[in-house]
Amino acid sequence: MFVPGNNPAMMQDAFIYGPDSIMLDLEDSVTMTEKDAARLLVHNALKTIDYGKTEMVVRVNPLNTPYGKKDVEAVVKAGVHVIRMPKTETADEIRELEAEIEKWETELGCLGRTQIMAAIESTLGVINAYEIATASKRMMGIALGAEDYCANLKAQRTPEGMELLQARQTIVVAARAAGIDALDTVYSNLNDMETFRKEVELIKTLGFDGKSIINPRQIEIVNEVFAPTEKAIEKAKTIIAAIKEAEKRGSGVIAVNGKMVDRPVVIRAQRTIDLAIASGILTQEELS
Amino acid sequence: MEIKNASAGTLESGDILIQIGPSDHDGVQINLNSTVAYQFGEQIKKVISQTLSELGVTNVEVNATDKGALDCTIKARVTAAAVRATGHDVWA
Repeated sequence: MFVPGNNPAMMQDAFIYGPDSIMLDLEDSVTMTEKDAARLLVHNALKTIDYGKTEMVVRVNPLNTPYGKKDVEAVVKAGVHVIRMPKTETADEIRELEAEIEKWETELGCLGRTQIMAAIESTLGVINAYEIATASKRMMGIALGAEDYCANLKAQRTPEGMELLQARQTIVVAARAAGIDALDTVYSNLNDMETFRKEVELIKTLGFDGKSIINPRQIEIVNEVFAPTEKAIEKAKTIIAAIKEAEKRGSGVIAVNGKMVDRPVVIRAQRTIDLAIASGILTQEELS
Repeated sequence: MEIKNASAGTLESGDILIQIGPSDHDGVQINLNSTVAYQFGEQIKKVISQTLSELGVTNVEVNATDKGALDCTIKARVTAAAVRATGHDVWA
């Protein structure tokens, strides 16, 4: 969930709504004259506020602006989980960010702590998606930024999202090939929850791992769409239990209800379990 | 250290507006206006003076208008105002 980095009230309340991830923004939602103040606010909030198990992400300014490198220093020193690089077009930009992160992590004695997410917001970024996704071992995900992408593409955003289809599919394929997460763009019309739900259904079908949101009202719909059915969860639990039992026996091949279960089936079952936990309909305790 | 008039923060709920200016008197003079002054006034003043002390800022007058800010927000706003007032950034 995007949260403006210069709004203390939103920053302290955001986790109450239970998003999987909070992304404090130092880039587009902060005016030039407030970049310094927002950076300090985000730094102090990350150091002080207990966000529990929520993944904490900060979108920094591009490194070629007067703000980007200071943003990286401030958030690495505050122990952020993930830095989101905006408008990423090449793998070199990720490597430059990694070097900045490493500089501060080395000083702090915490080398390797910070992960990177790249926002892909241009046609060049889409073309380079796989190179970007594999530019660093710190890469945990790539995300589509649709507004800038559409402007660059010279296309208008539509409710159906045909203009984004290739970019979305390229990003999912690149993320899967790199073994990292694929995250979809925001939907900013809060008065049209029906179209929002359709968009979430579409991106789930395409294979995305999650949807960026701008308001707590959107969390429930994302969780509903991504939550697996009770039947699917029960089937997944049976498969995972069977594979654990087979591992105990030292056997690599298992059958559930008379059908052989191979690796892709186990991977899908684990993903169902992960989604059920992320959606809040299953707990780790219920699994064990 | 030369001090100019500077401010940071807003009057939004959960925030604090910090205005810093040079003072003729020794030390830090804090004028606090807060909706929670009765309960947290001393704590707010303590965070403001500690933050300024850590930054080496002395002989200033601070006008603080608090709207229920957390300590981390107070610290961030005081630091931002001090950096703007002195021109000395806290980042490399």
